Amino acid sequence: MNKLTRAGLGLLMTTAVATAQAEEVRIGMITTLSGGGSHLGVDVRDGFMLAIEQAQRDDIEVLIQDDARRPDLAKTLSNEFMQRDDVDIMTGIIWSNLAMAVVPSVVRQGTFYLSPNAGPSDLAGRLCHENYFNVAYQNDNLHGAMGAYMREQGFERPFLMAPNYPAGTDALAGFKHLYEGEVVDERYTQLGQTDYAAEIAQIRASDADSLFFFLPGGMGISFMKQWENSGVDMPVFGAAFSFDEIIIKAVGDAAIGAINTSEWAYDMDNEANRAFVEAFREAHDRTPTLYAAQGYDTARLILSALDKAHPDDKDAFREALRAADFASVRGKFRFGSNQHPIQDIFVREVVAGEDGEPTNRLVGIAVEDIQDVYAEQCQM
Amino acid sequence: MTEPPHDTFPVLERSGAPRPWRHRQGLVQLGLLALTLLAPLLAHLLGEAYYVNLATRIVLVAMAGVGLNLALGYGGMISFGHAAYFGVGGYAAGISAYHAFDGSLLMGLPGSDDMLVIWLVALLACGLLALVIGAVSLRTGGVYFIMITLAFAQMVYYFANSWPSYGGQDGLPIYLRNGLPMVDSQDPLSFFLICFALLLLAMAITSRLMASRFGAALTMARLNETRLATAGISPYPIRLTAFVISAMITGLAGALYADLNGFVSPAMLSWHMSGELMVIVILGGVGRLYGPLAGAIVYVLMETLLGGLTEYWQFFLGLVLLGVVLFARQGVIGWLAGGEPHG
Amino acid sequence: MSLTLLIEQLINGLQLGTMLFLMASGLTLVFGVMGLINLAHGSFYMVGAYVTALATASTGSFLLGLAAGTLAAAVAGGVVELLVIRRLYRRPHLDQVLATFALILIFSEGTRWLFGSSPLWLSPPEWLSGSVALPGGSRYPVYRLMIIAVGVIIAAGLYLLISHTRLGMRIRAGESDREMIGALGIDIQRLYTLVFALGAALAGLAGSLVGGLQSVQVGMGEPVLILAFVVIVIGGIGSIKGALLGAVLVGVVDTLGRIFLPTLFGHFMSPSEAAGVGTALAAMLIYILMAVILAFKPKGLFAAHD
Repeated sequence: MNKLTRAGLGLLMTTAVATAQAEEVRIGMITTLSGGGSHLGVDVRDGFMLAIEQAQRDDIEVLIQDDARRPDLAKTLSNEFMQRDDVDIMTGIIWSNLAMAVVPSVVRQGTFYLSPNAGPSDLAGRLCHENYFNVAYQNDNLHGAMGAYMREQGFERPFLMAPNYPAGTDALAGFKHLYEGEVVDERYTQLGQTDYAAEIAQIRASDADSLFFFLPGGMGISFMKQWENSGVDMPVFGAAFSFDEIIIKAVGDAAIGAINTSEWAYDMDNEANRAFVEAFREAHDRTPTLYAAQGYDTARLILSALDKAHPDDKDAFREALRAADFASVRGKFRFGSNQHPIQDIFVREVVAGEDGEPTNRLVGIAVEDIQDVYAEQCQM
Repeated sequence: MTEPPHDTFPVLERSGAPRPWRHRQGLVQLGLLALTLLAPLLAHLLGEAYYVNLATRIVLVAMAGVGLNLALGYGGMISFGHAAYFGVGGYAAGISAYHAFDGSLLMGLPGSDDMLVIWLVALLACGLLALVIGAVSLRTGGVYFIMITLAFAQMVYYFANSWPSYGGQDGLPIYLRNGLPMVDSQDPLSFFLICFALLLLAMAITSRLMASRFGAALTMARLNETRLATAGISPYPIRLTAFVISAMITGLAGALYADLNGFVSPAMLSWHMSGELMVIVILGGVGRLYGPLAGAIVYVLMETLLGGLTEYWQFFLGLVLLGVVLFARQGVIGWLAGGEPHG
Repeated sequence: MSLTLLIEQLINGLQLGTMLFLMASGLTLVFGVMGLINLAHGSFYMVGAYVTALATASTGSFLLGLAAGTLAAAVAGGVVELLVIRRLYRRPHLDQVLATFALILIFSEGTRWLFGSSPLWLSPPEWLSGSVALPGGSRYPVYRLMIIAVGVIIAAGLYLLISHTRLGMRIRAGESDREMIGALGIDIQRLYTLVFALGAALAGLAGSLVGGLQSVQVGMGEPVLILAFVVIVIGGIGSIKGALLGAVLVGVVDTLGRIFLPTLFGHFMSPSEAAGVGTALAAMLIYILMAVILAFKPKGLFAAHD
């Protein structure tokens, strides 16, 4: 036998000895901490852990793993959590495609999953499940709300743009669903595209009166920088995914004036939110993004349910989650029949902050009590 | 002409006076197989399904490596696009299961959730794809070959990414693992044993192939093309055949990998995946029958262990890889067993 | 589709092409002289962009930042050559691919370790922002015109360097006969370090320039790297002329494909289907171009040598 064999056997032995304690609650978090788009995962984690630390309970253990935005790795990690670590609750996934790879099998095997970000349509409709809760939004929510808002503001010829992947096509479909009018043109770009000169020229040549785009992460940063220098004068609208506090800092002044929809804003005036923003800034020396707020709300929802029941008593714990008996940083919060939020969507504008850097400012409400259209397909 | 030393498959070992290093190599190979088989059995007895699945992952990655090794190690064809076959195999499983799940038709044919059918589809699809890609790519050589195989893989990647019918970039879930007659494929250990048996089969085929006249011609095409031509054999069809078989083995591994994860996505087709497969072959030892298995064990364990220790595990992975390439060219097998590699 | 728009899109293609040329010329030079295939070239692009962003933020001068970024990439290139690359020249391509693949992991994750996951801020200075009028009434960003100008200057500079200087003579000698140049008593190791650093500097310059247009983040070099490989393979590996032609070809084909294919499919499909299929095909277009060219000219358009 060689060294490798011995190392392998040793590994098996040690983990076999470590068994879970009965009363303890284990939460497994799989999120994106490395590679492109990792600032979303970092913020979900930091928001989540802030709430856990504030609760000061010593019977909760949170295990955190990095999925590097790879579906196969996320799938492996979820097996690890369920089969080796015996977690009671899972959470953390940022991207819809990773959620689709992981969530259906997790909830079918009886583990609770609470989504702090991804909200693909299938999980809200066709594949909804009693053990699956979405604490953030259904993916269409923010786009649809912007459609309604732009309609109301009197824009008649919007130009739409999104990357050519399911979340992108869903975004434009969601927008059009509530915009309910003709659009000048819709363009799909490549996922991960960095140069938008050609698209900007097309937008300029069209007779659009406004631009709505969905370009999350680095794509949005690149686009906004190039848009600023192109000399096209047209109001810009999007969902918060392209305008979180970290992204607009990287875009700089080019972001100022952009209007975006979000289910939360850091300057929302409610007690839970004021406390959250202050504590987060204290702990991490930066303004929280919506992802941090979603992570925080997810943890607070779990804590509120744990006060009533242990996850081993699945029916009682599920009821406790459904009640959503916690003070959300969004003000009001409740679940619809498919266990996705029914919530207000707000409008924010990017303005120059006191330090001269761009920041979001709450402007008003786009749509009250929005609910996704997939709820009716959900049979629980 | 000096005969390059030959990796042998224990079951098929022929008589002959073994040189000392060969003896040691036989022991190491047997050890590797025993480790791969016994560790998951032990894990199963201890009720640790996770480790059984981890072993399955190792076996499947190794199998994809066995396929690549045939082209890269034995045939000297540096394919930087084997993720294409790995992914197409995966999509064969995913698409077939998708149509079986909702009863719809694909080009007039029903889907299937029978693994035997899926394997056949995966083998055919990858074989055809490799025939086309190989036919064009093998006209070039050297760096051009590396780059054109990469380009073809990128084409498939972008196609899968932007084609909306099967989930595009989101990928395609397989809700229920596909089945095999008489076997409960849902059971982690049964599924592991299926994969392990197929890995052994793939290795046996490679071994048989390389011991045949075809293998000799392929080796000669790599070492001395002119010489082969003098013997009146054209290297092109020999290489193309090896390339196609190589792709089929990798594709079969991909189909099983999709079933293991219950999921297939364009990530299986990305150039990072091609790079990873190459890394596994090199790590184990190029042109060695047991190289991919050794490489897969080291790679997957390293990924699992480092990933648990630090967020920046890829940094250390890079350092280890660099060290292997610069200072330990013969790979794990060479280090354990000594002797000369094929490549 | 108006003529003005077509011209504007052609300029866009040209601009993408010049940027690709900066990347590809370094790659092809390194391959031509040392026979090395370097996947980590995109990392120097990233180093250039990061250092430019950091230096611009601390000095307030974009030009200083640009110089610092280019220099840093050159230094990084020199150091990597001394520590790693020089051991690889006599190795098979396979080893080169793997070692430089490992370097990508080290550079990317190392950068993330040092500077975090958030993208950095970098914006062109006042005097380079805004746009100018094009003939025909359209407007074009000054910054992009500047990139084209830099690309043209670099192309001319490389031509002069290679055809009219002592260093260039040695590079040409190295390309045609690697053994001979050692026999001539030229310090070949220093020449190699120099050429590698020059290639890295060009990639760094490309990254620095593009940093003003795009998101400065970890992994930004990888998509460009793959495109640059397509460029040099189309042009013929080792040929600067081929790199220039290949870069412009890829830039124009990619840009026009992205715009016109969805429109083209719109004639016989529903708009959203056409957008999907057209975009899918546009993404594959340059790879198809490359496969077609290699099928007919297996060594590219201007093959220097294998």
